[in-house]
Amino acid sequence: MHTPSTAGGRSCLWVPEPSARPGERTDFSYLKLSPAGAVPRLAPDCRYEDTVAHKNSLIRVLDDDGIAQGEWNPEAEPGLLRRGLRTMMLTRAFDNRMVIAQRQKKTSFYIQSLGEEAIGTAQAMALNQDDMCFTSYRQQSILLARDYPLVAMMNQIYSNTADPLKGRQLPIMYSSREYGFFSISGNLGTQYVQAVGWAMASAIRCDSRIATAWIGDGATAEADFYTALVFAQVYHAPVILNVVNNQWAISTFQAIAGGTSATFAARGTGMGIASLRVDGNDFLAVLAASQWAAERTRGGHGPAFIEWVTYRAGPHSTSDDPSKYRPADDWQRFPLGDPIERLKRHLIQLGEWSTEQHEAAWQEVEAEVLAAQKEGEQNGTLQSPHPHSAANMFDDVYEHQPAHLRAQRQQLGI
Amino acid sequence: MTMIQALRSAMDVMLERDDSVVVYGQDVGYFGGVFRCTEGLQARYGRTRVFDAPISESGIVGTAVGMAAYGLRPVVEVQFADYVYPALDQIMSEVARLRYRSAGDFSAALTIRMPCGGGIYGGQTHSQSPEALFVHTCGLRTVMPSNPYDAKGLLIASIESNDPVIFLEPKRLYNGPFDGHHDRPLVPWSRHALGEVPEGHYRVPLESASIVRAGGAVTVLAYGTMVFVAEAAVQETGIDAEIIDLRSLWPLDLETIVASVEKTGRCLIVHEATRTSGFGAELAALVQEHCFWHLEAPIERVAGWDTPYPHAQEWSYFPGPQRVGEALKKVMEG
Repeated sequence: MHTPSTAGGRSCLWVPEPSARPGERTDFSYLKLSPAGAVPRLAPDCRYEDTVAHKNSLIRVLDDDGIAQGEWNPEAEPGLLRRGLRTMMLTRAFDNRMVIAQRQKKTSFYIQSLGEEAIGTAQAMALNQDDMCFTSYRQQSILLARDYPLVAMMNQIYSNTADPLKGRQLPIMYSSREYGFFSISGNLGTQYVQAVGWAMASAIRCDSRIATAWIGDGATAEADFYTALVFAQVYHAPVILNVVNNQWAISTFQAIAGGTSATFAARGTGMGIASLRVDGNDFLAVLAASQWAAERTRGGHGPAFIEWVTYRAGPHSTSDDPSKYRPADDWQRFPLGDPIERLKRHLIQLGEWSTEQHEAAWQEVEAEVLAAQKEGEQNGTLQSPHPHSAANMFDDVYEHQPAHLRAQRQQLGI
Repeated sequence: MTMIQALRSAMDVMLERDDSVVVYGQDVGYFGGVFRCTEGLQARYGRTRVFDAPISESGIVGTAVGMAAYGLRPVVEVQFADYVYPALDQIMSEVARLRYRSAGDFSAALTIRMPCGGGIYGGQTHSQSPEALFVHTCGLRTVMPSNPYDAKGLLIASIESNDPVIFLEPKRLYNGPFDGHHDRPLVPWSRHALGEVPEGHYRVPLESASIVRAGGAVTVLAYGTMVFVAEAAVQETGIDAEIIDLRSLWPLDLETIVASVEKTGRCLIVHEATRTSGFGAELAALVQEHCFWHLEAPIERVAGWDTPYPHAQEWSYFPGPQRVGEALKKVMEG
């Protein structure tokens, strides 16, 4: 990795670069890793000052042999872990199938979450169903963990006649109040502040529901990220502020978002918010940290901030080709591995899972996705002659259609 | 009541009637607002209903979106309309589109109050009229009262609306009507009929304009401070103009406008905001489209110049009764 230099004793513009470009090998030593079990557990009602040391360490439970280590072991029931594993596998199978559907032009666009399945899955399992999640576009695992129908997701992706969003939204910009999943916006970072507002509202009502806010490493550079932290801290809002540090914002390495000189967790403690830095590919660590954060926020002890260290294994989107800006074998060399493989090894080591069961589970989730796809495509795809009626284009701009929109609709002859 | 008292009364009424109403913004809580519009409300309803906010416009509006998604009805304040720009992403990308993009699953029933307009030696960042930005944004309602009675009734209607409302308050009119004659003493609202404001709940409906002076020679479309400037210009020129206070800028009361222009055959549009791509351009286009065969003269516009709002040159910039009067004469000659 290149290092800042001075020229003739003067400031010389420093532009961070990743350690490796295509054809090279990434030096992952910048990651600030800790061994599994090394970081002490904190009380959920601790002061934010107590978490200051945690901002530069990494909470990990599963070691390289798949054995749970240390105080952050959530000691979850094997049944819950198997459910988590299955949800992660379902997420990955869904992603695979939708990437193919995009290539077949059944939809215009898709974003996969390859390698990040543990974060949304395990946090969703630590929450109540009526806690509201304000996500970015890469937390589809939350919907799957909450048993949102696969077919409804596909209908949205296909913008077909059964699309719950009536064809108005770009694929994957889901919305479901019923499933505690706030409407996804294309504008980065906006939902981070909104989550804090939702949590403030819950607190105004003295309600026990909490909000979760989600943002990627790149989008932390948006002003709304800092705004959200200020409001969350000032009003002690019951919100979990998640930063998914997958190292990449499209083609920009997280150093361009300011992520290598200080951790993202340090931004949380810097704002006076209890903050953790957690192995995002360690299902047990994600579950434990999320349970801790949910207990803290629900109990009225103020917000919690968590940096999840993971790796964006796939392309940014179906419009992206990562081989143009990073090494092709990067994920294989990422020290925190694959969340599905790690939980699988742990369950096998516990005697609660087997290679055969794992293979069968893959077949099962793939069949489930395929069946949902068949069902969804009966409602049409983007290729269908009329994926969705143009008449509803004018609805829901306002609660009631004003005269000028009625006139415009009539102009279209519908 | 003054306009300040009327606005405060509207918030008081709504805080009392609906426990989902919350009021916050910079200096809005304990201190009662830099213009006193929220004075006493925190003491009456408590800190969890009326409170001070950090100096962050995007934070104020963004948290309000989340609160509205939860089911509250936030009434938030941006201290000056000139300072709304940091919140534009939240307003344009989120507030305005939430209902549409979620197909009605979520909505943002919130009201964003902001003092606007010039005529107070406010210089560049305490005088602007940014209404055209909001009118151009689909999904928003933009409202501007010109007197205490309308201010209270429109604010109550805005808070009760399930659509997001940008509520612009001409601060030049806070304490009394202003016709542009800056050399004359201020007449307080207590000596004006529209300063008579009922104590309780009432609404002035949105999307309804008000004919503040009936006339047959020319239609004047105005809002905010310009309503009084237009009245003064009409009086001074003796031209029998029909003055319409739009009140709701968008969506607007097109019927009242069209009926008036069809009757008079002439139209003058007046606003403080800068001319190019200002709201007046949309009004002129609408009148042209709907009243073309009734028009006897080109539509005239009097607006702020296409410059930032200056300080020392206040009265050369502000479209006062003289400029409006000249335009009235011109449109009558056309």
